Amino acid sequence: MTVLSDAWAYLTAGDSWTGDTGMLALLLQQLLLTVTALGLAMLVGLPVALWLGHLGRGGFLAINISNIGRAVPTFALLALLVTADFPGAQEFGPYGRAGLATLIALALFALPPIITNAYVAVREVPADVREAATGMGMTGWQRFVRVELPLALPLVVSGVRLALVQVWATATIAALVAGPGLGRVITDGFYRTNYGKGIAGAVVVALVALLLELLAATAQRLSDPARRGSSPNRDLSGEVGMSVTASSVADDAGTVGR
Amino acid sequence: MTVTVPTLVAPAAEPSCYSRLTNEWICGQYLSDRQDQIVDATVQHLAITVAAVVLGVLIAFPLALLARRYPRLESTVLGVSTGVYTIPSLALFPLLVPFTGLSPTTVVIGLALYALTVLVRAILEGLRSVPDEVRESATGLGYGAGRLLLRVELPLALPVIMAGLRVATVSTVALTTVGSLVAYGGLGNLIKDGVSTNFRAELLTASVLCVLLALVLDVVLVLTQRVLTPWTRGVGA
Repeated sequence: MTVLSDAWAYLTAGDSWTGDTGMLALLLQQLLLTVTALGLAMLVGLPVALWLGHLGRGGFLAINISNIGRAVPTFALLALLVTADFPGAQEFGPYGRAGLATLIALALFALPPIITNAYVAVREVPADVREAATGMGMTGWQRFVRVELPLALPLVVSGVRLALVQVWATATIAALVAGPGLGRVITDGFYRTNYGKGIAGAVVVALVALLLELLAATAQRLSDPARRGSSPNRDLSGEVGMSVTASSVADDAGTVGR
Repeated sequence: MTVTVPTLVAPAAEPSCYSRLTNEWICGQYLSDRQDQIVDATVQHLAITVAAVVLGVLIAFPLALLARRYPRLESTVLGVSTGVYTIPSLALFPLLVPFTGLSPTTVVIGLALYALTVLVRAILEGLRSVPDEVRESATGLGYGAGRLLLRVELPLALPVIMAGLRVATVSTVALTTVGSLVAYGGLGNLIKDGVSTNFRAELLTASVLCVLLALVLDVVLVLTQRVLTPWTRGVGA
């Protein structure tokens, strides 16, 4: 158990946090990677998935992209990207060594939960609500913006939340290919038989992961209009039935690599 | 004493496709030369995956039954397992090392914890999908709690449980690669070696084998489900 006291010593030593390769700098780098990749994935995935959901087309792809994402090891994709001629392992701005390869891998693995959830969210808007909107004379675009999007929002946000957890996990794995981020503390520790350091890094990574998840869960609660209105008759609206089926899809979508 | 000519060196005229100079992605020569290594890694990968999923099922079942019996425990069980799921695999393995050391046990336990999240939910959801009328008529026929679970509820819950098992298995195959951190990652060990020595054939072969392994196990589970639930056949997918 001396490794545990080693880990504690590493965590409490000031100079393991400071400096260019200190944990604080690496933590910021990984957060930057996470935010950028998540932003990219949302920019690409959300419009496509929401619109496909509105049209009711491409469902097969939108659902199966999660299955594909689950079967491909994040480590393998990162390794292939780093070893290939492009993007390779070059430095990339503030994203560090292999920054571009890492960003691409992160964005790719963020896509499945975002796309699947956004598609299902719009698809699961009850048909009678859709019909009512059309009956009121709404055009397709109006129905999409004023009816489908607000109802779909909670599930869309839950997809983004799953993607966030996913991206943070993948960003940690980038260290296995000597990439950027906090994972480097873990791999450094293990490859140089300094297990205390490796475990210290793991503690920080795990704590930040839990913190991010907590923040995302709070954001998700705030985005749910039904909960915000705190109407006690939610059970009657059919919205609950929707969220049961949808959340099981959402759970499946979240189980991509870690 | 005869001096043996080193036969390992390939003739200079035709360098093998995995030599440092060519370093091709696809290389048949690599497959035949390193066959033993590749088979060993695949077998290790399969063993770790199967052990982890089996362990996950063994823990998930009592947990799901407990959560069903005591609804107050349900949110705790689901909350804790979701919390574990949030932790990246590269961080979870090191956290287990003080207790289990640099051994395959570390990887198996870590992966089982991840599988648990999916499995507990799937088992709970599966048992809930059993219609109340069926449960009531079985009780009316004189089925006790144990027989009701084994003979009525489990078979009917099987499709949902198997769906969860497929998700858990496929993601476990992918996650096993990260076990290379503690040197027990199956095909992940080859991937790690491929990255550090810039060995493209090894890297691509191991990655493709990994995806293939996931697909094969998925097909095996689908076929198992078909055998176990003969009544669903003929109804159509």
